[in-house]
Amino acid sequence: MTNLDIWTYSVVGFTFALYIGIAIWARAGTTGEFYVAGKGVHPVANGMATAADWMSAASFISMAGLIAFEGYGASVFLMGWTGGYVLLALLLAPYLRKFGKFTVPEFIGDRYYSQTARIVAVICLILASITYVIGQMKGIGVAFSRFLETSYEMGLYIGMGIVAIYAVLGGMKGITYTQIAQYVVLIMAYTIPAIFISLALTGIPLPQIGLGGNYAPGDGTMTLLGKLDQVVTDLGFREYTTAVMGSTLNMFVYTLSLMIGTAGLPHVIIRFFTVPKVKDARYSAGWALVFIALLYTTAPAVGAMARLNLIDTIQIGPVGAEDGNLLYEERPEWFKKWETTGLLQWEDKNEDGRIQYYDDTNPEFAEKAQSFGWEGNEMVTVDRDIMVLANPEIAGLPNWVIALVVAGGLAAALSTAAGLLLAISSAISHDLLKGVFLPGISEKNELRAGRISMIFAIILAGYLGLNPPGFAAGTVAIAFGLAASSIFPALMMGIFMKKMNNAGAIAGMLSGITVTLLYVFQHKGIFFVPGTDFLMPELGMGEDWFFGISPNAFGAVGALVNFVVAFIVAAVTAPPPDHIQHLVEDVRVPRGAGETTGH
Amino acid sequence: MTPEKRAAYWKANVRLLVILLFIWFIVSYGLGILLVEPLNTIHLGGYPLGFWFAQQGSIYAFLVLIFVYAGAMNRLDKKFDVDE
Repeated sequence: MTNLDIWTYSVVGFTFALYIGIAIWARAGTTGEFYVAGKGVHPVANGMATAADWMSAASFISMAGLIAFEGYGASVFLMGWTGGYVLLALLLAPYLRKFGKFTVPEFIGDRYYSQTARIVAVICLILASITYVIGQMKGIGVAFSRFLETSYEMGLYIGMGIVAIYAVLGGMKGITYTQIAQYVVLIMAYTIPAIFISLALTGIPLPQIGLGGNYAPGDGTMTLLGKLDQVVTDLGFREYTTAVMGSTLNMFVYTLSLMIGTAGLPHVIIRFFTVPKVKDARYSAGWALVFIALLYTTAPAVGAMARLNLIDTIQIGPVGAEDGNLLYEERPEWFKKWETTGLLQWEDKNEDGRIQYYDDTNPEFAEKAQSFGWEGNEMVTVDRDIMVLANPEIAGLPNWVIALVVAGGLAAALSTAAGLLLAISSAISHDLLKGVFLPGISEKNELRAGRISMIFAIILAGYLGLNPPGFAAGTVAIAFGLAASSIFPALMMGIFMKKMNNAGAIAGMLSGITVTLLYVFQHKGIFFVPGTDFLMPELGMGEDWFFGISPNAFGAVGALVNFVVAFIVAAVTAPPPDHIQHLVEDVRVPRGAGETTGH
Repeated sequence: MTPEKRAAYWKANVRLLVILLFIWFIVSYGLGILLVEPLNTIHLGGYPLGFWFAQQGSIYAFLVLIFVYAGAMNRLDKKFDVDE
C-alpha cells in the first residue's frame, strides 16, 4: 500500500464511520421524524443540509470542468443553480412550510382538490428523482474504483450499504444530520486545493479574489484572466471570458430553465418542511445559498486555473516553436495515471513525439497549424470530469489533500442520493399508499412502509447504477425539464393565484410536460431509443430548431406553456370551491404554522 | 384578521417581491447576459465586469436579496400582527 492509499482509506473510512455514528444517534421514531425530521431543525443547520443535499457529484466533480472548457458560457450553470434559491425563498418555501404537510404532491393534491393532480405530481417527482439518483450512484462507483482500487460494482455496493443504514434508520432526521457532516467534508475538500492553487498562480489565497488577480509566474503585470484569454486564443480556442454557449438567447433561456427547475425540484423543497417556523424557512433558504455560494464562487477559479495549468503543462514554449510542445516521454506522473483510466488520451498524429493540444475545429487556425507541421489535436480525450479530481495532483499538493478530495466527492454523491431517495420513498409511502390506496393505515405501519419503500428505492437506484441505461447522460434534461415545466408552475400558481382551479392546473402540468418531453425526445430519440431522433427531416426541424434553444434549456419554454394553458383553462371552467380559496388565504399568512404540525 | 388587512398584507408582500425579483433579473439576465459585452470593457481588478457579474457578482446579489427579503418580511409580519 502506498502512502496515498493509506491516507485515502483512513480519510474515507473515518468519514463513513462518522455518518453511521450520526445515523444511530438520530433514529426516527415517528412518521414526522421520518419525513420532515420532526420539523425541529435549526434554520442554519437546515441551510447546511440543503447545501449538501443540493450539491451533487455533478456540482462537486463536473461543474469546474465544464467551466474550464466552456469559459463564460458555463455561467448559465453558476447563475441557474444559485438564482433558483431566490425563487424558492421568495415564491415557494415560506408558503409551503406554512401549509405544514410532508410532501410536494400532497400540497398539489390538496390545493387542487384532486387525486389526479397528486398522482401527476408523484410521477414527475419519481421520474425526476430517479434520473438524478443514477448519476450519484455512478459517481460513487467511479470514485471508489479510481481511488480505492476496488471494482466499480464493489464501490457501488459499499455506497448503497452506507446510504441504506442511515436513510432507512433515520429517515429525514438521520439524513439531515449526516448531510451537515457531509457538507463540512465536501466544502473542505473543495476549497483547500483551490486555495493552494490560487496562491501558486496569483499569490492571493482567496480563489474568488485570485481569479481577478495578476498572473504571478510571469512578470506579474498580466491579469490571470488576460493570460488565460491569450493562451487559449493562441491555440485557436475561443476566448475564455467571452465564449457564449449557443447564443445569447440560448444562454438566457438555459439560465431561466435551471433556475425554475432548481426551485421546482422536490428533494430540495421538502428540506424547507423541516424547520419550525415560516420565518425559519425564509432565512434557511438564505443560509442554504451561503453554503452553496462558498463552492459556487470558488468553482470559476478552479475551472480557469485548471485550464491554465493544463495548457501550461503541454504548451511549454511559444506556439509553433519547434520545442514549444511537451515531449510525450516527459509527461508528468498525473498524466500517466489518468491515461490508464482512459479519461485522458493522446495520439501522435504528426509523429513528432510531442503533444499538440489546440482547437482543430477552428477553420481560421487550420492554416497556422499546418505551417507548424501539426496534423490535428493530439489530446483526443480530455474528460471534463477529471479536472477537480486531478487538480491537487496537477498542482503537486500533498497526499492528504488528494485523500480529502476523494472523501469530498463521495460526500457530495452520498448526501444528494440520500435526499433523493427520501423524496422518492415519501412519495410512495405517504402520497400513493396513505394518500390514495390505504387512507386508514396506522402511523406505525406507514413508518414501516416508508422504510420498506426506501429499501426498494435504494435497490432500484443501485440496479440502475450497475446497469446505467445508455440514455443516462441525456436524462439530466428530463429532471430539470420536468421540475421546471410541471412542478414549479403548479406550486407557484397554487399560492399566487387564488382562482386557479383543478382543471387549469392539471391541463397546465400535462401540456408543460408534453411540450418539454417532445422537444427532448425529438433531439435525443423517443424514450431515448437510438435512431428515433429527428424522425421527420422534411419539417425542417433540425438541431435546436426552436430559436436555437438546446433541449437542456427547454424547461422554461415548457413552463411558459404550462402557465398559458392553465390560465386559459381556468378562465373557462368553474373557480375553486370556497374552502380551497380559504386554504390559499391561510397559506399566505405566517401565523399558525406550528398548529398544523400535528398530522 | 379583517379581509381588508389581509389584502393589505398580501399587497405589501407582492410589492416587495416585485422589487426584489426585478433586481434578481437585472443582476443575472441583464448584467450577466444581455449587457455583458459593453460591461466587459470596464474592469473590476482583473475581471471584465460583465464576466464578473455572470460568475461571481450575481451570486453575491442573490444572497443579499434573500436576506433582505427575510428581514423585510419579518418586519411586515410584525406590523400586520401575523408573526408566529
